[in-house]
Amino acid sequence: MAAKTTSDPTVRPAPHPSDLTAAFWAATTEGRFLIQRCTRCRAAIFYPRVNCTECGSTDLVDEDASGRGTVFTYTVARRPTHRAWAEAGPYVIAIVELEEGPHVTTNIVECDPNDVRIGMPVEVCFAPEADGVALPLFRPTAG
Amino acid sequence: MAMRGRGAVVGVGELKPTRETPGETTLSLMAKAGLAAIEDAGLSFADIDGMVCHPIGGVSMLTPSTVSELMGLKLNFAEVVDLGGATGAGMIWRAVAAIEAGMCRAVVCITGSSRRPRTPRAGGSKTAGGWSMPDRSAFSEFEVPYGNVGANVGYAMIANRYLHEYGATPEQLAKVAVHQRDNANQNPDAIFYGQPITVDDVLSSPMIADPLHMLEIVMPAGGAAALVVVGPELAEQLPQRPAWLLGAGEQVTHKTITYAPSLTDTAIQASARRAFDQAGVSPSQIGLASVYDCYTITVLLTLEDSGFTPKGTGGRFIEEHDLRWNGDFPVNTHGGQLSFGQPGIAGGMSHVTEAVRQIQGRAEARQIPDLELAFVNGNGGILSEQVSLIFGTER
Repeated sequence: MAAKTTSDPTVRPAPHPSDLTAAFWAATTEGRFLIQRCTRCRAAIFYPRVNCTECGSTDLVDEDASGRGTVFTYTVARRPTHRAWAEAGPYVIAIVELEEGPHVTTNIVECDPNDVRIGMPVEVCFAPEADGVALPLFRPTAG
Repeated sequence: MAMRGRGAVVGVGELKPTRETPGETTLSLMAKAGLAAIEDAGLSFADIDGMVCHPIGGVSMLTPSTVSELMGLKLNFAEVVDLGGATGAGMIWRAVAAIEAGMCRAVVCITGSSRRPRTPRAGGSKTAGGWSMPDRSAFSEFEVPYGNVGANVGYAMIANRYLHEYGATPEQLAKVAVHQRDNANQNPDAIFYGQPITVDDVLSSPMIADPLHMLEIVMPAGGAAALVVVGPELAEQLPQRPAWLLGAGEQVTHKTITYAPSLTDTAIQASARRAFDQAGVSPSQIGLASVYDCYTITVLLTLEDSGFTPKGTGGRFIEEHDLRWNGDFPVNTHGGQLSFGQPGIAGGMSHVTEAVRQIQGRAEARQIPDLELAFVNGNGGILSEQVSLIFGTER
């Protein structure tokens, strides 16, 4: 998977991991995107949960996702939705459908916001944040 | 047939929405609307033995007693409903259920919100666009860092997905806002009364979050709305014509749209189906659709998922029908929140108050002739909380 780091000058509100999400955020600093896999029904789960959202089992294991997916839907925010983006200009907020199935909220980066399309292949990249986490972002798949 | 004929709305109190409410508090506005509804019902203050309210900013807990102490109510049933824009509709069936269970006889359901002038953004790290960000929730960890804050982004992503899967023209969506504005021009209490708009006006208004234009987005306001709900015996003795609750349905599947089962087949399907089944009526019998309209796309999806038109045909349905009070398919005759204004939780309640007034024959210049059945849908969050109601003139 793509582990290249992008830098983004925007100061975003950073996530503050809990015990439930600590493994996910620790992995981001190694360029890995974790999902959970239910050992009973094999459902793939994102974001980290206590129990499987399909069958209720608590037997969940962490698994490296491929980091690949497609844009399920998106919008171009023409007005800032948060003061951290006050000077950012138009930016893309999207839901990416991972190859493994789960949907993930993200920003699409490294392309013109007006070029984003539903179905576009994308791959994860990571923006280092303060406090020992890296924020997973997605960019158009190379080639 | 669980709900049919077990209770009725017999009183309405609603304040005209305003951009700002200087000097008022949410609690003071709620008390005014509540008292107006009790008076309208022909009841005395002491007749009220049940009250339903909603979470209020600055009141972290014990909300029902805060409201009832202010008003001086003595309650056998004190409830808080927290379903966002579906709260008002959710209050009504809960009130009927409490009466049916013998807990109380007359319930006032109260919603409201004060609104202050915007203050410059400064300081504070725990709010984003006015939305609270509880520390270490899924929302604060997996949405806020991406700017997925506020409702515009979620509904814009829903709209784009719908347009990708099924298609609708910008003109079809804009027509919802235009016809609802025409309705508002028959309603002096609407915040945009006397300000007609055209499809061109909507499509030339600024793009806020693709594909949503400014005039397709609801405008926040201050105000309050309340209704009085009673059982059949009392309903027959009171001065107002009862608006009978015939059916109700509720469905909650997610909070953030990223984790919704679908962006285009919504939880409205389940809530509306249950309401129609309980009422024993079909969508073709409905004479008023009073449905939550935070955005134009919300109306399109609600008309499809409530069964008024098949999935994927919402755009064409809107194009082919006249949505005005005197049209062949009246929608949101008070103007909808897009033109009436959105006074917080009272915005969602406005769809209930309008359906009740229409069923009671009290909608004045915008009265639908010979109306017998009205459909209400309340929608909370990002298409997350859904409550559907059916009201009728006959028990």
